[in-house]
Amino acid sequence: MRVRSKVWQLVIYAVLLMGVVVFIFPFLYMIMTTFVKGAYTLPRPYEIFSAVPNLDNYQIVWNRNHFARYFLNSAVVTAVSMAGGLFLGALTAYGFARFQFPGKEALFRLFLLTMMIPGVINIIPQFIIIKNLGLVNTYAGLWLIYIGGGVVGSTFFLRGFFEGIPKELEESVMIDGGSNFKIFWHIYLPQSLPALGTLAIFSFQGTWEEYFLALTIIKSEVMRTLPIALMMFHDQHATNYSWVFAASVIALLPVVLVYITFQKKFVQSGYNDGAVKG
Amino acid sequence: MSATNRDQLPRGAAGRGTSASAYIHLRRGLRQWGEALPYLALGVLGTSVFVIYPMIQNILISFQDYSIMPNAVNTWVGLDNYRYAFEDPNQKFLIAIRNTFLNVLFTVPINWFLAVFFAVLINMQFVRFKLVFRTIYYLPIITSWIVVAFLFRFLFASGEYGFINYLLYTKLGWISEPIGWLQNYWTAMIVIWLFHIWKTVGWGVVIYLAALQGIPLDLYEAAEIDGAGAVQQFRHITLPMLGPVTIFVLINLVNGAFNIFPQVYFITKGGPMDQTQVIPSLMYTQAFTNFNFGYASAMSVMMGFAVFLLTYTQMKKIGQQRLL
Repeated sequence: MRVRSKVWQLVIYAVLLMGVVVFIFPFLYMIMTTFVKGAYTLPRPYEIFSAVPNLDNYQIVWNRNHFARYFLNSAVVTAVSMAGGLFLGALTAYGFARFQFPGKEALFRLFLLTMMIPGVINIIPQFIIIKNLGLVNTYAGLWLIYIGGGVVGSTFFLRGFFEGIPKELEESVMIDGGSNFKIFWHIYLPQSLPALGTLAIFSFQGTWEEYFLALTIIKSEVMRTLPIALMMFHDQHATNYSWVFAASVIALLPVVLVYITFQKKFVQSGYNDGAVKG
Repeated sequence: MSATNRDQLPRGAAGRGTSASAYIHLRRGLRQWGEALPYLALGVLGTSVFVIYPMIQNILISFQDYSIMPNAVNTWVGLDNYRYAFEDPNQKFLIAIRNTFLNVLFTVPINWFLAVFFAVLINMQFVRFKLVFRTIYYLPIITSWIVVAFLFRFLFASGEYGFINYLLYTKLGWISEPIGWLQNYWTAMIVIWLFHIWKTVGWGVVIYLAALQGIPLDLYEAAEIDGAGAVQQFRHITLPMLGPVTIFVLINLVNGAFNIFPQVYFITKGGPMDQTQVIPSLMYTQAFTNFNFGYASAMSVMMGFAVFLLTYTQMKKIGQQRLL
């Protein structure tokens, strides 16, 4: 659509910028709040607007309450479930994309049906299963649920990409006497790196901020992940928003950095057969 | 797939159902499974144990007076848990249902409108820095629910030093006294809605942008030659071309609004007095704070069926649409 009138162009820019302000301002306000020192009561807006940028609160927060430890915990939990989930998802998607077997579509449809039921309602039985396996308060229990519960989504996302990979590519491996697994490893995985990358980002974000399962499975203080630590920190220092937000900014940083770095290469899931390059 | 090609039998032979061909059929099927199984086994196992079995167990628990204590006897209580959900004198479940519907009713139209609106504006030909706009509008999506919840609690803090009160009361003077946003039912609901919309609208914008970029430019050029203005072009080209995406977006927005959970749990914890609870948040509190597992499961079974029916019928309507 073309808008020729300069006035209208200005109005449209103004509206778009208003949107930018609405989306960006809360983040800026949050960051400015982290600069306020000794805010034991709700910091006042004029204090926030006049605060001088400094990293004191970040330093305090990082050294307090084993925050560094929780950051590390989250990194371990996220790294393993991301790698495991991605690998298992790719493996299963390969099974669906490359092989013919009786009942394939029925099985896939069953997978799809589970996606229509909100996952949150499974949290009670999932907890009971982990409890029966004796894995409460272990990362293994958490990984099992994250990875096992996430297969359907990633299989669904990847299958379409795998089916788009030209069959001719397989031949080079087949001629060398390669196995199915070699085809998977040397053709399918490298060929679908953008899709895998996108999935990795989703999985990273999803696990990094996951709260309810982690809260349910992990009981001991030293093993807590970042979101739980954040929530506890918030409940403890409810009015010290400078600290709470310094901690929040630290927790947000990895996800935001990953997103901004990779966002040009993002493959959008959703409309048009699962993949629209945006 | 050379293995399968080799196995191509004449269709008729297999279909006739003689015992020999049935045997060959079976053997071929087993071999195909044998080839695929190494890749499927773990995924199917994981899904069965952590997704499908929990759904079944959920239903079983909902008919029991369930305790997680070891050696506890879980007596079957029939429909008691379900009956309690509706006969509870505090009407918690009914309130949660009402709130869920209100959430859908208020957030979906606004969310949808803003998504189309901003996507169309960003997509206008003269607009520069499209990628920057897209990134910024999408930023709330990638930030964690917890942090954004802290942020909204902070912005909507009561008293004159909460930013929204500061803006509306101190600066603009639009309200006669600072509002205790989270202390009253309707204002708390409004905060939950605004939180939900602010956090999720970027998704719709990005989906619509991708769809808009798929509309051929020559359609607009042709319309322009015919003397159609911007508004006419929007009404007669853009809107019709966006039809299928709109169905997809609406389904997702409706489901998203039905699944509102962290929005409530992190902002109000269901308060004041459980007035803003939705089904998932009520379920979670009943299970893990009050240890009423049976009752919580009954609620989650009802919600699971409702959302499933809703999604399933919508999916049927739009046919082979693949959703994520």
